[in-house]
Amino acid sequence: MHEINSLMGGFAVALSWFNLALMLAGVTLGVLIGVLPGLGGANGVAILLPLTFGMAQQPGGATSAIILLSCIYWGALFGGAITSILFNIPGEPWSVATTFDGYPMAQKGRAAHALTAAFTSSFVGAFIAVVMITFLSPLVARFALQFGPPEFFSVYLLTFCAFVGMAKGSPFKTVASMMLGFALAAVGLDTVTGQLRLTFGHMELLKGFDFLIAVIGLFGIGEILLTIEEGLVFKGKSAALNVKVVLETWKELTKYWKTSLRSAAVGCFMGIVPGGATPASFMSYGVAKRMSRDGEKFGTGQIEGVVAPETAAHAAGTSALLPMLTLGVPGSPTAAVLLGGLMIWGLQPGPLLFVEKADFVWGLIASMYLGNIAGLIVVLTCVPLFAAILRVPFSIIAPVILVICAIGAYTVHISMFDVWLMLVFGVMGYVFKKLDYPLAPMVLALVLGDNAENAFRQSMLIAQGNLGIFFSNALVGSITGLALLMLFWPLISKALALMRGNARPPTMTE
Amino acid sequence: MQDSQDRAVGSVRLWEFVVAALFFVFGAVVVWDSRRLGAQWASDGPQAGYFPFYIGLIICIASLANALSAFNAGPKGAKAFVSWGQLKMVLTVMLPSVAYVVLIANPVYSFGIYEASAIFIAYFMRYLGKYGWPKVAAVSIGVMVVFFLMFEVWFKVPLPKGPIEALIGFS
Repeated sequence: MHEINSLMGGFAVALSWFNLALMLAGVTLGVLIGVLPGLGGANGVAILLPLTFGMAQQPGGATSAIILLSCIYWGALFGGAITSILFNIPGEPWSVATTFDGYPMAQKGRAAHALTAAFTSSFVGAFIAVVMITFLSPLVARFALQFGPPEFFSVYLLTFCAFVGMAKGSPFKTVASMMLGFALAAVGLDTVTGQLRLTFGHMELLKGFDFLIAVIGLFGIGEILLTIEEGLVFKGKSAALNVKVVLETWKELTKYWKTSLRSAAVGCFMGIVPGGATPASFMSYGVAKRMSRDGEKFGTGQIEGVVAPETAAHAAGTSALLPMLTLGVPGSPTAAVLLGGLMIWGLQPGPLLFVEKADFVWGLIASMYLGNIAGLIVVLTCVPLFAAILRVPFSIIAPVILVICAIGAYTVHISMFDVWLMLVFGVMGYVFKKLDYPLAPMVLALVLGDNAENAFRQSMLIAQGNLGIFFSNALVGSITGLALLMLFWPLISKALALMRGNARPPTMTE
Repeated sequence: MQDSQDRAVGSVRLWEFVVAALFFVFGAVVVWDSRRLGAQWASDGPQAGYFPFYIGLIICIASLANALSAFNAGPKGAKAFVSWGQLKMVLTVMLPSVAYVVLIANPVYSFGIYEASAIFIAYFMRYLGKYGWPKVAAVSIGVMVVFFLMFEVWFKVPLPKGPIEALIGFS
C-alpha cells in the first residue's frame, strides 16, 4: 500500500521532539482558545499565523508551522465541548448541539461522564476522518491533477452553491454575504490587467482586504460584542475527571458504537462537502434522536446525545482539510485560514502539493493522528484548569482578548489601518450575527475570490467567452450540474415538500 | 429605570432594511466601478470589471430579496433588534476599543501598543470590574510584560512601541 508507506514517511517527519512539543503547545493553546469567548478556531489560527512567518522560512519549517496551527484547530474543536457541558455556553458554534444533552448531564452531577464522552467521541470522529483523509486524499489529488481551469471553477462553484443549498437560514442572506466576500476580495490591484479596482484613490486599499483581518474582526470582536450583550455571569458546574470515571464512561460508550459510526459518516460527508462542522453536529444529533431507542429522552441528559454531535463536529472539522489539501478548496472557515497560511508560506494547495511537497503533506497527515492523541490526553487531564479560566472575570478576560485581536490584526501587515479595519469588521460581524447573515461563506469567498476569478477568467479565455465550457465534458458538466442543483436546492426542496403535500418542512437542524 | 433599559433600539425589521439597503448601495458601487473599468469582453479577454460586475449585480438582487423577506417577516420582524440596556453594554466595550486604537498610534502622541493596552485593561478592570488599584496595576502591567517578552523578545514581531520601550532601549 503506497499510502501506508507515505504515511510512515510522514510519521518520520512529524515525530521529532520539536514537532511533538509544538503539538502539545498547539493543542493546549487551541483548547484555551476554544474555551475563551471571542476566540475560536478560525480567528485563533488567524492571530497566530503571523507568528509562524519566520518559522516557515527555515528548512522543514513549513511542516512545523502547519503542525502548530492545525493542532490549535484540533484543540479548539475539543475545547468547545468544555464550556458547552459545564457552563451551557457553547464555546464554538459547532458545540451548540452538545449543550442539549451535555448540560443536563452536568446538572445531574454527571459532568465528568459527559466530558469524557464528548472528548472520546471527538477523538473517534477525528480519527475516522483522518483515516479517510489518509486513503482518500491521494486518490482525489491524483484525479484532480487532470483538472483545468473550468474544472477548478466548477469545484469553486460547487463549494459556494453548497453553502446556499445547505444554509439553515435565508438563501439570499447566504448569497449576499458570500458575494460581499467576493467583492471585498476583488478590491485592490487586479493582477491580470494591472488596473485598480474599487480603491477610489485610497492607497491603503491597494493591497485589498486581507481575510485574516476579516476573520479576526468578524469572529473575534463580533463575538465579544455578542457575549457582552448577554451580561456576563458565568455560572458553571465543576468537574474533575479521574481514571475510574473515564473507564466507566468508555465502557458505556461501547454500547453506542453504531451512533458513533453513523455520526462520523455524517461528519465526514458534511466536512468534505463544505457544510461545515456546525450543521454536521445538528444533523447528527437529529439523526441520532430519530434512530435511538431512547430518542424521546434526548435533551434530558442522554450520553448518546453528547456522542452524536461531538463525533460529527470533529469528523467534519477534520475532513474539511481534505478538499483544502487536494483541491485548494477549504471546507470550513478555519480550513480557509490554514489554506491562507499555506499560500503565505509559498505553498500552493491543490493536487500538485501531493507531488511536489509530499513530505509536507504526509507530515501534516501524520501529525493529525498524533495531534488528536495529544489533544485527548491534554483535555482529559486538564479539564479543571480550563474550567478555572472561565471563572476569571469578564472585565479582565475581555480587554485581554481585545488586545490579542488588535496585536494579531496589526502583525499581519504591520499596519495600523488593519487594526481599524478589524474594528469595522467587528461591528459588521455583530450586526450580521444578530440578523442571521452567515459569516463562513463570506470568509471563504474572501479567501478564494482571487483563485475563483482567475479560474473563471482562464476558462473564459479558453472558451472565448462561451459559458458552455462549464458543460463541455462529462466531468466539468456533472460538477457544474451538481453545483446548480445545490444552488436551487432551497427551491427544489420546497417544491418536493409541496408535491408530497407534507405539512412538515424538511429542515436540517433537528 | 427598568423600562428604559428594555426599550428597543429599532426592530429586527428596521435593521434588516438598513442592512439590505447598505448591501444594495455597496452592490451598486461595485457595479458602477466595474462599468468604469470596463465589464465587457475585450480583444484580449475579459476586462478587469467583468467578474466584479456580476458580483455587484448579484449583491443588489440578493439585497432586494432580503428587504422583501424582511417586509414579509411577520411577528418575528417586530421583535427588538437590541434593547437599550444591551446596546449600552456593547458601547461600553466598543467606545473604549476605539479610544484604545487611537492611543496606540495617532499624529499627536502615540503610546505604542503596550502602554495603550495596559491603559485599556486597567480601564476595564477599574470601571467595569471595580477592582482596587493594586490589583488593576498588577494585572494590566503584568500582562503587558508577558506580551512584551513574547512578541518583542521571543518572536521578534515589531509592534508599535511607545515612550517606555524607548527608555529601556527598544525602539
